[in-house]
Amino acid sequence: MSEKGVEARNEQQEPDEGAGIRFPRLGWIALLGIGLLASVAASVALGSVSISPRSLLRALTFSENASPVHLAVLWDLRLPRAVLAALVGAALASAGVAFQALFRNALADPFVVGASSGAALGATLALTLGFSTGWAGLGPLPLAAFCGAIGAVLCALALAETGSNSSMASLLLAGTALSTMLSAIVSFLLLWANQPWFQAFNWLLGSFSGRDWSYVRLAAPYLAVCYVTLQLMSRPLDALTAGDDVARSLGLSVRTARLVIIAAATMAASVAVAFSGIIGFVGLIAPHIARLLFGASHRVLLPTSALLGAILLVWADLAARTLLAPVEVPIGIVTAFLGGPFFLYLLKAKGGRLT
Amino acid sequence: MSVRLEAVNLSCGYGGPPVFKGVDFTVQSGEICALIGPNGSGKTTLLHALDRLVRPMEGEVRLDDVSIWNCGPREVAARVALAPQRAATAIWPLTVRETIQLARAPHRGWLASYTSEDVKVVMHAMARFGLTNLAGRSMATLSGGEVRRVLLARALAQAPAVLLLDEPLTYLDLHYQAEILTLVRSLSREEGIAVVLTLHDLALAALCADRVVLLANGRICGQGPPGEILTPEVLTPVYGDDLEVIQHSGKSVPIVLPRVRAR
Repeated sequence: MSEKGVEARNEQQEPDEGAGIRFPRLGWIALLGIGLLASVAASVALGSVSISPRSLLRALTFSENASPVHLAVLWDLRLPRAVLAALVGAALASAGVAFQALFRNALADPFVVGASSGAALGATLALTLGFSTGWAGLGPLPLAAFCGAIGAVLCALALAETGSNSSMASLLLAGTALSTMLSAIVSFLLLWANQPWFQAFNWLLGSFSGRDWSYVRLAAPYLAVCYVTLQLMSRPLDALTAGDDVARSLGLSVRTARLVIIAAATMAASVAVAFSGIIGFVGLIAPHIARLLFGASHRVLLPTSALLGAILLVWADLAARTLLAPVEVPIGIVTAFLGGPFFLYLLKAKGGRLT
Repeated sequence: MSVRLEAVNLSCGYGGPPVFKGVDFTVQSGEICALIGPNGSGKTTLLHALDRLVRPMEGEVRLDDVSIWNCGPREVAARVALAPQRAATAIWPLTVRETIQLARAPHRGWLASYTSEDVKVVMHAMARFGLTNLAGRSMATLSGGEVRRVLLARALAQAPAVLLLDEPLTYLDLHYQAEILTLVRSLSREEGIAVVLTLHDLALAALCADRVVLLANGRICGQGPPGEILTPEVLTPVYGDDLEVIQHSGKSVPIVLPRVRAR
């Protein structure tokens, strides 16, 4: 046995890699962060009143010779909207990452597992039953949305549990059927409560129309908690994608970890829905692009997906308010135009297998 | 650091009738114990029960006299490591390094960052199995033998007191078979690690094990030094008479070979 030979060979290999691997990834995250800032800047500058870079800078810094119109457009209309779009995009993308890892399924996203439509139902129920406004500054909307969402996700999970083998394909089918049904109930509720048609549109296809800072203030704390929780769970997520038995053998309390991840991801998705309606496909596309670019390790996957989701939604919102201006297109239509083909491509690339 | 892992009157199964019943079995620091038996005799199930993956139907598994089901999973994982027979095919495979790094979680906690000591242990485990050059490769692109080496390296990086190896030599070429048997022996002799491994090749079992445990028909049919168990009298009732036992001339170990009959 040539143990010495092998040792020598190994020692030659050793200096090959080291701490160097980490920096480029941090660099990528920083780059995406800059990309997000640039996207937000572009989004607030463009529209029916377009703002030149110099005026934008003046308005952003409250300079003395900033035009009052620009100030109003920027600070009261466009900036809160863009910030909310970024927050919601990040929330949906990180929820998508978590659901995909948890269900080990490439097609899982907040809509497919039932979270989005459950949240929409919870929120519209709260609205039509009249719990709509002011409640110690917190507002019942996120909570109602969360209750609806968690109910729907658990329902989809229970329905998919067929005997010993909870097949991922049946989870997807159960989730999709449930989502369609819940969306129908949402439309019915809104019409029954004499809400105008566009209101139903806004819930079912999403919109950031007229969102001001109060929405951002309400959504941000919830989303921050969800995001931090998921980021903390990045290693358990890695272990879970490697298989339940592996995770358990490495000492993970699989059931607890699952519950925490489901709760955080569902909360993120439901807060997003509560403040902007159901926006499809962001939670599906962003994680896949990030995974292709940065690998499967969740420590990097979560921040990159979140940033990509945020960038995606900021641009989608810009498209939504400029494409048919002065009419606003529901943002879900824009994301569906982008995401639908991508979803079909994924399905095709997987050879029709949903597992 | 001495350790003692013990199965007491253990019965395990998956809902239906038990795979095995009334198994009593102990392994201690510095001991290498080979589990042998026909296909489907419950060797893997026994390893999984020892690793706290399968809850016993009856009896218990004790780690230093404490039932492992009274410990948390992390507590057990910090002392007992399992290298499974094959890697579950992950839909989004991690890299080799990321896969092996997961083994540090039981020591570091699932939320904390890895320390420089963790990095050292992982590098060492990779070097030991010739994986350093593959560190950045995706698990999906590895050959069967490379995957096996990653699983073994992960178990080693877990720095366990008890090492459970499920068919550690399958898919490996002679070089790595020898390497792993040597490693197992040095881990047990120098570091006092208790090793339980399942093997199909009885000659390899004879070569490396202090004790051989024969599992068949849902119970233990015999355990003892290789010379006592690897005899036609003990093996024939289990494997049938299609085998031949010869003595290795240089080493005092029995070699069991399948008998090829003329048709």
